[in-house]
Amino acid sequence: MRITVTVDGTTYTDEVEPRQLLVHYLRERLGKVGTVVGCDTSNCGACTVHLDGHSVKSCSVLAVQADGGEVTTIEGLARDGTLHPVQQAFHDNHALQCGFCTPGMIMQSIDLLADNPDPDERAVREGLEGNLCRCTGYQNIVRAVRDAAGHMRGGAGPEAEQVRETRNVVGGGN
Amino acid sequence: MIPAAFDYVAPTTVDDAVRALAEAGEDAKVIAGGQSLLPVLRMRLAAPSMLVDLGKVAELRGVREDGDTLVVGAMTTHYDVQRDPLVREHARLLALATNVVADPQVRHRGTFGGSLAHADPAGDLLAPALALDAELVVAGMDGRRTIPAAEFFADFFTTSMRSGEILCEVRVPKKTGWSAHYEKFNRVAQAWSIVAVAAAVLVDDGTITEARVGLTNMAATPVRATAVESALVGQPATAEAITAAAQHAAEGTSPAADGNADAEFRQHLARVLTSRAVSAAVGA
Repeated sequence: MRITVTVDGTTYTDEVEPRQLLVHYLRERLGKVGTVVGCDTSNCGACTVHLDGHSVKSCSVLAVQADGGEVTTIEGLARDGTLHPVQQAFHDNHALQCGFCTPGMIMQSIDLLADNPDPDERAVREGLEGNLCRCTGYQNIVRAVRDAAGHMRGGAGPEAEQVRETRNVVGGGN
Repeated sequence: MIPAAFDYVAPTTVDDAVRALAEAGEDAKVIAGGQSLLPVLRMRLAAPSMLVDLGKVAELRGVREDGDTLVVGAMTTHYDVQRDPLVREHARLLALATNVVADPQVRHRGTFGGSLAHADPAGDLLAPALALDAELVVAGMDGRRTIPAAEFFADFFTTSMRSGEILCEVRVPKKTGWSAHYEKFNRVAQAWSIVAVAAAVLVDDGTITEARVGLTNMAATPVRATAVESALVGQPATAEAITAAAQHAAEGTSPAADGNADAEFRQHLARVLTSRAVSAAVGA
């Protein structure tokens, strides 16, 4: 089945099997390996990306369901070598150890801050309830999200990550 | 994990969806938000020949008023239900229960109708639908029919929808001005309810005049705690009176025993959580 999806500002048109999961399309067809597969059971949130401005677990969305949609992955956040404020805050606050949960944590944190630009600790913990970290005990992750909130203007989030200049690629990344 | 191969169609109207389902036959499956179905497919617990995706059927999304009834489109996402001002005003219990479904990512994709049609007894929206006397409108090749929630949930993961029918909308009688609370008990964030209680009560001058109590995961289907409802009506909205009424919560239930809880513990939870839910609703 033919789908057209915009991923990190580039529009791709590809033939995919209906059963292909969005995360596998991103990783294996487009080479967006920044988005990882953690648990494969919808629990851990490591594969979180944004689909049409909202966070989703890309292991629980079919690529064909993203047809016509806009996807942002962890790879689409930095601009000209400058990290997104949430990425920078995770770096500054040592909010990761092994780093495997980090792409999903950051994507979900951006979604959380879009809904609530100034979350208290409880709101951060509840907003990240769909993301598991087995290293940090979450302390520095919560600290990072609150730090990022302080650095981001109100309304930053999915809006701020939209790429204005787009390219078209037919036939996928590889 | 990769699902077994299937064909896929994404119609844009209910009529087309019903036709696609009829043409595809018994082995086809409807996919709404996919947040329960896709894990099942990945684990190959099911292998439908075709998925009929309702994701592009715009007429199934959104919330509207119809006189004394709130009409929630089956494909309205949990995220949209949570934030809908009509739901918050007229069916507060539904908004509160939706707040604790799974996690934010799942609530962005998962839908109200999908949860009801999936009919998982641990799902959080079945008991509120039952307690609020919701009616479910389904469409098939023979047209539309309306099924009361009390008849919709037939068994474990089983509804009274016939093969080839699609859930279109849920009609919820308005409970404007009622107090409500959904008390969910689980061990870890984003997990299913071990037991949960949905409570909506109308209080007039300190006295409970009407009560609706639904139980999650206390049987193969959601259960209405009618003995609690009767015991609450006419009582003062105090912690003592509510706790006394809540002692009836396990009557008529037949909870499963599993790794999370045995049946006796679930019945204990039903009593405790009912007391908490009603007390929280009225602020007692």
